[in-house]
Amino acid sequence: MHELSIVESVVDAVTETAAKYPGATVKSVKLRVGVLASVVKESLEFCWELATVGTPLAGAALVVNSVPIVVHCAACGHDSEIEGVQSLRCPNCGELAADLRQGRELEIESIEIDEPEEQQVSGLASPRVCPERPTPVNSSQETK
Amino acid sequence: MTTRIVELRRGILKKNDELAAALRERYRRAGVLVLNLVSSPGTGKTAFLELTLRRLTQAGARAAALVGDLETDNDARRLAASGAPVRQINTHGICHLDAEMIAKHLDEWACVENGVKLDGLDYLFIENVGNLVCPSSYDLGEKIRVALLSVTEGEDKPLKYPTLFNSADAAAITKIDIAEPCGFDRELALHNINEIRPGIRVFETSAKTGAGVDEWLAYLGERKAAISC
Repeated sequence: MHELSIVESVVDAVTETAAKYPGATVKSVKLRVGVLASVVKESLEFCWELATVGTPLAGAALVVNSVPIVVHCAACGHDSEIEGVQSLRCPNCGELAADLRQGRELEIESIEIDEPEEQQVSGLASPRVCPERPTPVNSSQETK
Repeated sequence: MTTRIVELRRGILKKNDELAAALRERYRRAGVLVLNLVSSPGTGKTAFLELTLRRLTQAGARAAALVGDLETDNDARRLAASGAPVRQINTHGICHLDAEMIAKHLDEWACVENGVKLDGLDYLFIENVGNLVCPSSYDLGEKIRVALLSVTEGEDKPLKYPTLFNSADAAAITKIDIAEPCGFDRELALHNINEIRPGIRVFETSAKTGAGVDEWLAYLGERKAAISC
């Protein structure tokens, strides 16, 4: 239901970042969405088309990567991925595991842009990869 | 053309999260315990809150409420009968409250005649828009998020809406006085809540008979004492 507001926040953030690369075209926007984020992929994609019309992001693809739940089990000490969202039980020992380590993500991972060649030559281009904040420790657990 | 990947790694709701963090700090400095009540429409949030406000006010606690609805000030008028100050937030179509709305209303409320200031309160309740999906994404800076579930809704509600129940700090089962005619399976409901949010404190309440309310108020008192230390 709130996917349109979420997509509008993405459009604002990406437009702001893309403005740092004059002349560049945004080809795609990659999101990480936890299965516990209460956000529906198809609904995001539908809203994306509506929200980008008439903006510099028109025509850019939206890539939504789902992030599964990972819990830390206090009983056996394992961090485990959980299938589905119906029970937070440790798959290793069967105990309930309240310590959620992953699965609520709702973030913009990266954008792919095409830059004009001359800008590269002029030396105005920014570094090849420009993280805006540190990569979360658990980001490697993402499934595509 | 050269293709480049620019990493952002930023929360989509970063703006809301930043505003919520600022609110949380304001609540902390004012020493007010803030609760965000979330449920489906019709669960009985308003009746539950009305009784809570009345009992707290009678006990001499300073409690107030912000109440969110798409339209009308019906709930604010109902809650005001408790004697506590109440302010209505109309979202005009938006399906949840966000941190910006809360900040705006708190600022406006502090400026009006007979208004409410955070440092004059012990408890602030935020009754969210009736919706079990969207409010779970929007932090309002609250200390305690309470998920409510009525006996008429089905024991599997926590399984159908896991995000909201998983993000809650406490849960309340409402309308427990009509559990039996509704065929409500209490054990199953408690089991389902615990599967989604292991270890969560659950209150079984009735705004009509007052069942479970003493336990709920004791919990509020404990949590308030904990933040005042």
